[in-house]
Amino acid sequence: MAKEGLSRVRGWVLFAILFLSNCAFATETVVLDTIAPPGSISLPAKANAPVGQRTPQDHSNFKQLQGPFTAPEQVTKACLSCHTDAGKQVMSTLHWTWKAWNPKTKQMIGKSQVYNTFCVSPVSNEQFCTVCHVGYGSTDPEKFIPFEQRTENQVDCLVCHDTTRDYRKMPFLGGNPAMEKIAVKPGCNEVYGTDKPYVLPLDLSKIARKVSAPSRANCGGCHFYGGGGDGVKHGDLDSSLLNPTHELDVHMDAKGLNFPCQQCHQTSNHKVSGSHYNIDANPKEGAIMSGSGHNGNAATCQSCHSQTPHHGNKLIEKQIADTLNTHTRAIACETCHIPEFARGGKPTKMDWNYATAGKLAPNGSPLVIEDEKGRNTYWGVKGSFLWGDNVVPEYRWFNGTERWMHIGDKIQPDKNGVVSINDIEGTPQDGKIWPFKISRNNQPYDTENKVLTVFHSFGFDPESFTMAYDWQRAITAGMKVANLPYSGHYDFVRTQMYWPIAHMVAPKTKALACAQCHVDNGRLAAIDGVYMPSRSKDHQSWIERIGMLAVVLTLAGVLIHGLIRIVVWLRRKSN
Amino acid sequence: MSADRIYLYKRYERFWHWSQAVLVIFMLFTGFEVHGTYHLLGFKTAVVYHTLTAWTLLTLWAFTIFWQFTTGEWTQYIPTIKKVDAMIRYYSIDIFKHAPSPYKKTSAKKHNPLQRLAYLAVLAMISPLIWGSGLLYLFFSSWSDFGLDKYLSLEGVAMLHTAGAYMMLVFVIAHVYLTTTGHTPLAHIKTMITGWEDAEDEH
Ligand code: HEM
Repeated sequence: MAKEGLSRVRGWVLFAILFLSNCAFATETVVLDTIAPPGSISLPAKANAPVGQRTPQDHSNFKQLQGPFTAPEQVTKACLSCHTDAGKQVMSTLHWTWKAWNPKTKQMIGKSQVYNTFCVSPVSNEQFCTVCHVGYGSTDPEKFIPFEQRTENQVDCLVCHDTTRDYRKMPFLGGNPAMEKIAVKPGCNEVYGTDKPYVLPLDLSKIARKVSAPSRANCGGCHFYGGGGDGVKHGDLDSSLLNPTHELDVHMDAKGLNFPCQQCHQTSNHKVSGSHYNIDANPKEGAIMSGSGHNGNAATCQSCHSQTPHHGNKLIEKQIADTLNTHTRAIACETCHIPEFARGGKPTKMDWNYATAGKLAPNGSPLVIEDEKGRNTYWGVKGSFLWGDNVVPEYRWFNGTERWMHIGDKIQPDKNGVVSINDIEGTPQDGKIWPFKISRNNQPYDTENKVLTVFHSFGFDPESFTMAYDWQRAITAGMKVANLPYSGHYDFVRTQMYWPIAHMVAPKTKALACAQCHVDNGRLAAIDGVYMPSRSKDHQSWIERIGMLAVVLTLAGVLIHGLIRIVVWLRRKSN
Repeated sequence: MSADRIYLYKRYERFWHWSQAVLVIFMLFTGFEVHGTYHLLGFKTAVVYHTLTAWTLLTLWAFTIFWQFTTGEWTQYIPTIKKVDAMIRYYSIDIFKHAPSPYKKTSAKKHNPLQRLAYLAVLAMISPLIWGSGLLYLFFSSWSDFGLDKYLSLEGVAMLHTAGAYMMLVFVIAHVYLTTTGHTPLAHIKTMITGWEDAEDEH
């Protein structure tokens, strides 16, 4: 008997070991696969090293770069004397043309072709907007020379290759740097990049001798400040990414991987990959791996991480990794790994209302209102704003195709009366769930022709809105430059614009947890077309009802049966 | 009295029975949390345990099927309708009169006819339903490798799995209750623990 008992115990112990050994997990860490361990990734030259760190030339010794340079075009000419094709290459890119062909929708898009919900359009405002164009050659504030009419020597090499951070393009100089002392327009210090009332001329030779591969500061100089200020436009791009912590962005982490932008936005022949106008992600086709024959520079997460990025070694970790990998079919990496945007302490503009613009302070300057956090919630020049930080994205099905409203297209307000500047396409069949910043505006449109107006917002002429605060004049001037008819009647219409979120990738410990979506009223509450365990809206109500009923009836049955037995038994006992 | 004892359940059978009981109850507990019926362990933990337990149960079943066939015990599940009416009468009327069960267990025929039908339902319907849908659910991301994605939807598979889970819950409730219908309320349970069935006391 004792022996039998012992072996019985042994059986159970064996079973317990079998079961528990399955559960032998110390820490649940699922690792993301990268194509190579961080140490072996070849990073481009450090920001302060000369171009071609791995090749023997040192630009600081080059005769051609000793100067003195009296005009920025002279620097470009010097660059092109060795880099013979660079000028043509740049001039063929979006950075020069402001145009992009979208093969998916067969549309010519790009900054100069479509609207946006920020300053609406560069058309008629070029002399201001070209502060972020890779070119020179239009220094008269009133006269814009189309890019097609410019020459190779007018390509701006320095804006991308400067390492001194002294180089700066000036507004109303057509994107030239200051070659003499110039005065800062009141209220415009941020665009001039100084807090002084003037800007001193630059020593271009000194800058030219220190050129190198672009760093985050070069790209960020324009891309962090889109929409008229730090962090305003994108929400996932702002100056906090110059030296980000691991917490803010695991790839750009200044003390860690410290990736420059082109680590993901692989560049060949000056063509930088990955653009809002040419989105590489194509969920239907699966991952485009880095270096693949077709579009080998694609800037997608999977290009490095593949379609099954989660890996785990121990049993539990492996199981979690496998479960997570089932998600990549329907969910973009960004959805879980960028849980919020504008996390670097810089707020982003979520809503802009042009209709309120034009109010002046008692002293005659444009009225400025700030909230308690010091954020500008009203500016007479632009209207009123709502800001957001640590913003939870909005989620939509997206297949990588955006259909843009071309300048001059008729508006088609949705059922809420909102006009989409760019419509995103995608269904559960061909897309993935993607995080977006949706920026909203209330902007002027021609009430008769039913087009969003182009208007002359920035300039020193009396037609510009910043000078006269007169919509009628600003619109008339803008529409003329855009070659569009204007009826003379305008009103304001709500607009929205989708910004796919792709930067500020958080550490994996901060990625969305399962239960943030797998719950009623979770992050993806508004997403239909996908079955998510734990959401009662995905349940079949008849199965739930019949199932529950069967369970309740069974319980009731056994309870009643048992009760009768007890009663009978008690009666028998007392007899 | 001890002369009337019969050795009904062998050691492996008892091990299999109890571990399966624990695992199935745990599957129900974690499964309905995954389903969203309540929030106790947390969704992630529930998913992790549910999947692990599924594999454990699968292993257990593999051994058990092997055992059933090598020992010939599988014949215990061959259904019969003989005496089903007597069993129904027993459970609905005679049991209250404290009459003995019309079915005498022997080691060759351990289950009464009603039990056999119930177990057959579990074996032939509920288990395949849960297993089939559970495995499909588990290998959801590989569907396209086998061309299954054209025919299946996760929603449909989850529906079948949930339906199976409700059936299993009903079975477990009824089953647990019926264990109390031996000559004493704990008699059946004791038998399943020790393997020995006492002859019924006449009292
Ligand atoms: C007595 C046995 C079982 C019961 C009662 C049960 C119950 C459930 C329930 C109620 C759900 C939630 C379904 C939903 O809302 O979508 C679920 C999910 C699931 N079950 Fe089961 N199940 C059992 C066995 C199994 C087995 C044997 C497998 C695999 C072979 C399995 C695999 C899964 C999977 C993969 C899920 C989805 C969640 C996850 O990944 O864990 N289940 N189960």
